[in-house]
Amino acid sequence: MIQASRVGLHLVLSALFAALFFPNQVRAQAFAQMPLATPLDQLILMLADEDRDVVEKAFFDLGKSGDENLLPTLEALREGSLYLWTKPKGERRVVIGRELIVRGAVEGYEVLEAYGAAPMIGPDGAPLFLPEAALESIRLSRRLRIKIGPLLDRLRLFSPEAEVRESAATKVGLSGDPDALPLLSKALAKEKDRWVRFALTEAIGLIRLSDEDPAVRKAAAETLGKIHAMDSVPTLEARIEADDTGVSPETDVAVKAAVSEAIQKIKAWEVWTRTVETIFSGISLSSILLLVALGLAITFGLMGVINMAHGELMMLGAYTTYMIQEFFVAYLPSDIRDVYFILAIPFAFAVAALFGYLLEKSIIKRLYGRPLETLLATWGISLILQQGVRQIFGAANVDVASPAWLSGGVRLAAGIQLPYNRIFIIFLSLSAVFSVYMLVLRSSIGLKIRAVTQNRRMSACMGITTERVDALTFALGAGLAGMAGAGLTLIGNVGPDLGQNYIVDSFLVVVTGGVGKLAGTVGAAFGIGGLNKLMEPGFGAIYAKVFILLIVILFLQKRPSGLFPAKGRSIDL
Amino acid sequence: MCKNKTGIGDTLKWVIFLSAFWIILLLMNTVPPKDSFFHLTDFNLNTAGKYMAYAILALGIDLLWGYTGILSLGQGIFFGLGAYCMGMYLMLSIGGEGAYQSDLPDFMVWNQVQELPFFWKPFESFAFSMLGIVLVPALCAFVFGFLTFRSRIKGVYFSIITQALALTVWLLFNQNSMNLGGTNGLTDFKSILNFPLSDISTQRMLFVVTGICLVLAFILCRYITQSRLGKVLIAIRDNEGRIRFSGYSASQYKLFVFVISAVLAGIAGALYVPQVGIITPGQIGVLPSIEMIVWVAVGGRGTLIGAILGAIGVNWARSFLTSNYPDLWLYFLGALFVGVVLYFPKGMWEVSGRIKNLFSRRAKKQPVIVN
Amino acid sequence: MSEEKKENLSDAFEETAPSGIDRRKFLKLSGAGALGIAASGLMGGLAFSNTAQAGDKKGPIKIGVLHSLSGTMAISEVSLRDVVLMAVEEINAKGGVMGRKLEPVVVDPASNWDLFAEKAKELLLKEKVAVTFGCWTSVSRKSVLPVYEKNNGLLFYPVQYEGEECSRNVFYTGAAVNQQAVPAVEYLMSRDGGEYKKFYLLGTDYVYPRTTNKILRAMLLAKGVPAKNIKEEYTPFHHQDYQTIVQKLKAFSRGGGACVISTINGDSNVPFYKEFANQGLTSGDVPIMAFSVAEDELRGMDTSALVGHLAAWNYFQSVKTPQNKKFVAAFKAYCEKNKLPGGKDRVTDDPIEAAYFGVYLWKQAVEKAKTTDVDAVRKAAYGQEFLAPGGKVKLDDRNHHTHKPVLIGEILKNGQFDVIWKSKGLVKPEPWSEYTSPDKGCDWVDHKGTYKKV
Repeated sequence: MIQASRVGLHLVLSALFAALFFPNQVRAQAFAQMPLATPLDQLILMLADEDRDVVEKAFFDLGKSGDENLLPTLEALREGSLYLWTKPKGERRVVIGRELIVRGAVEGYEVLEAYGAAPMIGPDGAPLFLPEAALESIRLSRRLRIKIGPLLDRLRLFSPEAEVRESAATKVGLSGDPDALPLLSKALAKEKDRWVRFALTEAIGLIRLSDEDPAVRKAAAETLGKIHAMDSVPTLEARIEADDTGVSPETDVAVKAAVSEAIQKIKAWEVWTRTVETIFSGISLSSILLLVALGLAITFGLMGVINMAHGELMMLGAYTTYMIQEFFVAYLPSDIRDVYFILAIPFAFAVAALFGYLLEKSIIKRLYGRPLETLLATWGISLILQQGVRQIFGAANVDVASPAWLSGGVRLAAGIQLPYNRIFIIFLSLSAVFSVYMLVLRSSIGLKIRAVTQNRRMSACMGITTERVDALTFALGAGLAGMAGAGLTLIGNVGPDLGQNYIVDSFLVVVTGGVGKLAGTVGAAFGIGGLNKLMEPGFGAIYAKVFILLIVILFLQKRPSGLFPAKGRSIDL
Repeated sequence: MCKNKTGIGDTLKWVIFLSAFWIILLLMNTVPPKDSFFHLTDFNLNTAGKYMAYAILALGIDLLWGYTGILSLGQGIFFGLGAYCMGMYLMLSIGGEGAYQSDLPDFMVWNQVQELPFFWKPFESFAFSMLGIVLVPALCAFVFGFLTFRSRIKGVYFSIITQALALTVWLLFNQNSMNLGGTNGLTDFKSILNFPLSDISTQRMLFVVTGICLVLAFILCRYITQSRLGKVLIAIRDNEGRIRFSGYSASQYKLFVFVISAVLAGIAGALYVPQVGIITPGQIGVLPSIEMIVWVAVGGRGTLIGAILGAIGVNWARSFLTSNYPDLWLYFLGALFVGVVLYFPKGMWEVSGRIKNLFSRRAKKQPVIVN
Repeated sequence: MSEEKKENLSDAFEETAPSGIDRRKFLKLSGAGALGIAASGLMGGLAFSNTAQAGDKKGPIKIGVLHSLSGTMAISEVSLRDVVLMAVEEINAKGGVMGRKLEPVVVDPASNWDLFAEKAKELLLKEKVAVTFGCWTSVSRKSVLPVYEKNNGLLFYPVQYEGEECSRNVFYTGAAVNQQAVPAVEYLMSRDGGEYKKFYLLGTDYVYPRTTNKILRAMLLAKGVPAKNIKEEYTPFHHQDYQTIVQKLKAFSRGGGACVISTINGDSNVPFYKEFANQGLTSGDVPIMAFSVAEDELRGMDTSALVGHLAAWNYFQSVKTPQNKKFVAAFKAYCEKNKLPGGKDRVTDDPIEAAYFGVYLWKQAVEKAKTTDVDAVRKAAYGQEFLAPGGKVKLDDRNHHTHKPVLIGEILKNGQFDVIWKSKGLVKPEPWSEYTSPDKGCDWVDHKGTYKKV
């Protein structure tokens, strides 16, 4: 905030406080500045006083000061992280404590200045650390705790964080308090962020809906409708809803019409947003299905190995991600920590691929041509892997933090927010499909892979080392599973059971798509994912899934070899 | 191996062996004094009864997989259907003795169901319930089998579709709105035909019934495999295309075997419930269905006795290991499957066959099992 | 069955086979005989291992630990096993119970509800344990309940649950609904809590969420919340995709004043909270009050999406009592010493605390009864008090449940809770909620369990 505006804000806030707490006496002189009797430091110290009356007076006086530097102070007061520090010499000081930490054998806090929240520096030049024993928590009475909420919301309108400003604006608007109007207009005038502006406009509209002047009310309703303010629907509806006696709060006919029109506009907008959301979640689910099924499309689709350990290979990928995160946390500075995820994807691929390679060399290669037996063997492997992970990392899930740049989402329009992590997964799975396509259909190794899977003996005659190709193909499929596992850490748990949740789905996708056909897998993933999300709002999660399975079964009636059957006379395994 | 012997004598031998097996166990439970070495506790008798129920199911899987080459990963469904039919009967015979002292089953009370759903009503009758145990799995298997076999879904496709079906049914049974007890399933049974289930005499009676059913199921499977029908089944397993070209309708044979195996699974489920005292959707899902396959794979597919021994052996090992090596038993189970598949593709029963052949030095070429 | 055994037996028969009989036939028979004997031997073996008697007055006292160590529930239950074993170690180090050491028998029911019943039978009938500490899910408890009632066993159940149960053979050391969910929702409705007016009851589809929400709905209606402001929704176990539900929730919360009451279980929590945050909802606008998220689960979660949301329990690791400090340190040290996964990073939480003080309550009851006999211990247990890590707890005089304090905590970045509200004193457990079953009570002193109040 710039210095020049501070005085103005001061004025507004003090008026606001006056209005809040001494409505009758002070409203007349609303915009007159209140001289402060006691300096701020003194007031803050008074918060720790044992006398309730003194505390209350200090609290209100602080409020009257309207200084936004007090926002952290009041936040801390509400959270209970405001402390009274009695120095050894008996001098008393109020400080804000950060998270409880242990230094040596002493539990305590690094502390901030109560006014302005600047870090305090100790005699050694490091942040000042105070043991818990030296501090006394300042707690508010229940009465003041309740009062502090709306007070904070108004201060928060000027918080440096856009998210906080936005949330505060919505709350102030919904409170419907006309006294907040000047403050909201003030905030709107200098707000740059699009969505905070939106929230402020909405808040102003909401408050003006109960203005005395019908023209203002009408204009407010029109604004709300124009900007599609979805949070205001309940208030709008309340305006025109008739109570038991048939009278609605809104009496003016023109305003009534404007309000209903606004409601209609917003509701139409809501339908549109819902459609966009459904389409997006369908694409998102599809891309997840595609990602988890892609590896299987290779191991099962191309090679005919019913790899029940596919899910556990994903789990390996996820745990690799975890290990890399831990490595970053332990050995690298915190500002590049979020890069770990980029690095984790190739690592997850490599670890799972290596494991898959060894698996193929030791077990799978003895079982070619006996697909059902690969099912049993790989299931045994999956049990061993699960229990192994459980014993090494513990049965509990492990914590893989999404990198900050993948938290939150992009706001397309009012009411539509598309999460970054899902967008990332969509890109990840599409690029994986593209790479596999290039590798299998456009490269010489891909040519060999296809040759071996189509006719092993002939390929061997042509001089291809079929065993090596087999192992590499399986490693590729396993690696893709590992990569999928790394991607899944963004949306779900990382635990020993991670793979179990996806195994049936991924098989279903490959079978529906048609074994051995990449395009089929892509088509099936999008078909199943899209249908699922289309049905879920109406049927609920479970029945949507049940219907999908039934549809797949019926679909395979018509096309037993899937969406894109392999061409050829023999479709026997 | 049943490939060369068609004599009734051979069947009889195994029937005697099977009967002897459970009768000895029963005698060990009743005759010797409690502190004797040979005494079998009530608990162990009960557990053995449970294993024998599993063995009946394993017979069905063997018929389907070992002989006909169809790998169903959804046998848990039919087991569950039979078990739920029995469970519903037992639930209704609790009457007002439940925790809520209501005529409705307890879970309906907490689920705020006011009236007994229509599909529960017939299960007040014991006779209908017994019929349901056979007919419900049979009907479901028939409809599903009819649809799938007709369109020649087979091999791996069939396995994966049945697996998906197992997941579907599991999801459905977990739904509280299905009125089948949700995740908790059906439990807290008090009596069967007015015999209190907590009495050891009732448990012995159930053990005897299970034993008899096992022997009967064995005779049925034996009869099927030894007949001309059985030969067709093996032919389907070894080369379905050729059997079709020879003018047989392979899908009808497959349907028949699928229904039979479903019925055996249903009966197994029905015998399981009163002995264990609970049935939950947990028995229906994907994992238990695969485990059932594993019993047969470990015991020896294509040999009925192998399937029975596999079911009993693996379950015994599981009980033993989960008590004595709780952290290690999954390693053991996993290693067992990998080992069996790699070294004894026809199961442990093959081991004894090999040994015998070694001694008799008259090793005969075994038929190759092709999926 | 060992391969070797069969081989030896066949071998023996081979050598003594009379020459006149058809050799192959004999081999078959002998094989069958061998199998029969081997099978009987196995069963006999089971029977044989059946000699230890807990009635033995001098030897150690056997206690059962019935928690899943593999399968889906291992994630939560392993910690309970660890803490029970720690309590046993502590007790043994101080001379055991009545001078006898405790000998824990740990079995793994593998998250399989049927196996729970089997293992319970095994503990009671074969191992003859004096008491069992075990179970997490309601279904596992319901599965073993008939076993304990039939054989007059004793089970200490340490997890918060849906109530509506009153078994003679179970002591419930976790919270009943009126000790967790009801006060939590009352808090949200209070001025302190934020005066929320719209409630989205979201849970996993099983008995605990269903019953809890049934009670909460009755309570909300009784307090004048209109039915249209209460929404109930359930997802299956292991549900991963919360996109649609969060979209619905967003629509529901428009206009403010909405909160989520979550009884989502286990691995569905992370996907839910992540989706919630990523679609732009915040704890400031729409707080989530959870009843199944505790420190031990948070350990495996990316907490950034959860910060600021709420949970209600009877204990948090952050509770500041001297005995809790000791308890937390002891648990961490125990895990590190025994090289358990997680080591000193392990945390304690409500069920862990309840499992821990359950062992001590039982010990006190045994010492009062001067025997491990179940009936005597049960009578002695009534009214037992113990200074648990979270503060004093007390077993009820009649209803087998535990008097506990109620705490509401806000989730912090480090996976711990900041206690923002605490009940005044202990809350008396009500297995039958006053809102849904006002006519029912639970009493094992003057009545036989559940009875009709007049």
